[in-house]
Amino acid sequence: MPDNAQRQLPESRTGATGPSGLEKTRARTAWLFLAPTLVTLLLIALWPLLHTFVFSFTDATLADLSAYRFIGFDNYLQRLDGEWVGLLTDDGWWRAVRNTLFFTVVSVTLETIVGMAIALVLHRTFPGRGIVRAAVLIPWAVPTIVSTKMWSWMMNDQFGVINHGLMALGLLSEPLAWTSDPDLMMASVLMVDVWKAAPFMALLILAALQMLPSDCYEAARVDGIHPVKVFFKVTLPLIRPALMVAVIFRAMDALRVFDVIYVLTSNNIKTMTMAIYVRQQLVEFQMTGYGSAASTLLFMIIAGCIAMYIALGRVRFDAE
Amino acid sequence: MKKFFGRFAFAVLVTVIVLYAVFPFYYAIVSSMKPASQLFRVDYFPRQWYWGNYVSVFREQPFAANILNSVLVATSVVALSLLLGVTAAYALARIRFKGRGLLLATILGVSMFPQVAVLSGMYSLIKALGLYNKLPALSLSYMLFTLPFTVWLLTTFMRGLPQELEDAATMDGASPWVIVTRIFIPLMWPAMVTTGLLAFIAAWNEFLFALTFTLTEDVRTVPVAIALISGASEHELPWGNIMAASVIVTVPVVALVLIFQRRIVSGLTAGAVKG
Repeated sequence: MPDNAQRQLPESRTGATGPSGLEKTRARTAWLFLAPTLVTLLLIALWPLLHTFVFSFTDATLADLSAYRFIGFDNYLQRLDGEWVGLLTDDGWWRAVRNTLFFTVVSVTLETIVGMAIALVLHRTFPGRGIVRAAVLIPWAVPTIVSTKMWSWMMNDQFGVINHGLMALGLLSEPLAWTSDPDLMMASVLMVDVWKAAPFMALLILAALQMLPSDCYEAARVDGIHPVKVFFKVTLPLIRPALMVAVIFRAMDALRVFDVIYVLTSNNIKTMTMAIYVRQQLVEFQMTGYGSAASTLLFMIIAGCIAMYIALGRVRFDAE
Repeated sequence: MKKFFGRFAFAVLVTVIVLYAVFPFYYAIVSSMKPASQLFRVDYFPRQWYWGNYVSVFREQPFAANILNSVLVATSVVALSLLLGVTAAYALARIRFKGRGLLLATILGVSMFPQVAVLSGMYSLIKALGLYNKLPALSLSYMLFTLPFTVWLLTTFMRGLPQELEDAATMDGASPWVIVTRIFIPLMWPAMVTTGLLAFIAAWNEFLFALTFTLTEDVRTVPVAIALISGASEHELPWGNIMAASVIVTVPVVALVLIFQRRIVSGLTAGAVKG
């Protein structure tokens, strides 16, 4: 460490005390100031993460977390009476993985499209724009549980306003059971999630749009290029970096989705995601060891998705 | 003529967007003011001012205690996150030291943690600390997602402040602690309000930890209380009460968001776009 401090160019403010002494004191101050945050994060992030990992190799149960045996990889895969059993052979788990990936791809795609549409509207100047922007923030501000309950009431099969409205418009001949018909559940969940998250997307896209230089648009207008072409050839490539970051933030939320689904369709297998599956194993079935194995896989799957996305999309998180 | 149609179409589009954004909350307000007997007829406008649901939601469960719990948890989370965040941000934004880049990347990584991935470990930590079914369990566990983004946002903001102020104070012999408390915190108020609000909203809305780490009705926070309002059977949910409770907990958040609109938008975009 001292060598390194000396090799660094002395900064203007280091002055009389000499570069190495002051740099060292500054570094010590930095660690001192960081200590409370780092200790807290070690306690509430690293410790639980490691503990979950360790639990995944045990037969721990929720009732008594102190009494457990190490059972190796048995939670993941083991041979029992001539058959392979464990998480890796569990159809329920893999269905949850598929549901999660489906939910993530569809919801993030829809949210990007809806968000883009809203952002393009808000990017134009028109009277009352401030009010519209405030209105668009409301879905984001409403707590997820509340928005789910509101939609659940609107989607009520007998008394819901959605069936009522669609039937009044002649689009439906009979009411649909949005939240209890297995074929409609996923669509209902997606509806609620898109409503809640599209505004967030819109705000991020709008911020990116507002940073664009106006001169290339002038040039396009002078040349008489069609606005749709301008959007795909100029706007989209320019906001792509910001869009990629917004998409990754949303995707990360979608991959761990819990609240909307837990409240709207509970533990139904049609909408069961990885997070719902993990909590069911951990809390309802009290199987801490097995649930922790699922937690660990969930963590690795999400990390894998993100890494792949960053590598493929060449997203850059520039800190400086 | 073409211009007129263009304008008309745009106005329709704007109206659709506003209706889409506002209608569900509006409909919840309309529904919350209907007695049970009228709840099963669809009305697009309120017919009367009926407050019965707002009374019964407090009578049928300890909803006042639930609100107080949410306020206590969210406020303590905000206070702790800001206190730790501002000191950490000073070190990360203002001091050059070995490992800073790695540290920032790690903190950003923790902010992306899926909560459910640490659920069993967090549960055992809370049990070990003797906090199960107590509010501090929530305050502590919520720091998992509020602290990293607080540090991240405040670091971004603090980087933007001029160096000269700090230099002048250092010349006068001010210690780093004095510099933070006397120079940076007063300058950082707008940033701290933004960050604090985002942390408050995140804590106010959190569901998974609150559902898992509490057991009894009187320790629940509002999202859990609302999610678990139940009727005589699954098909007889007291929708009037649920809508009233929803309106009660949403109005303050929506009001805060609308008042601090610009700040929140700048905070969100600083966290995501620059992040």
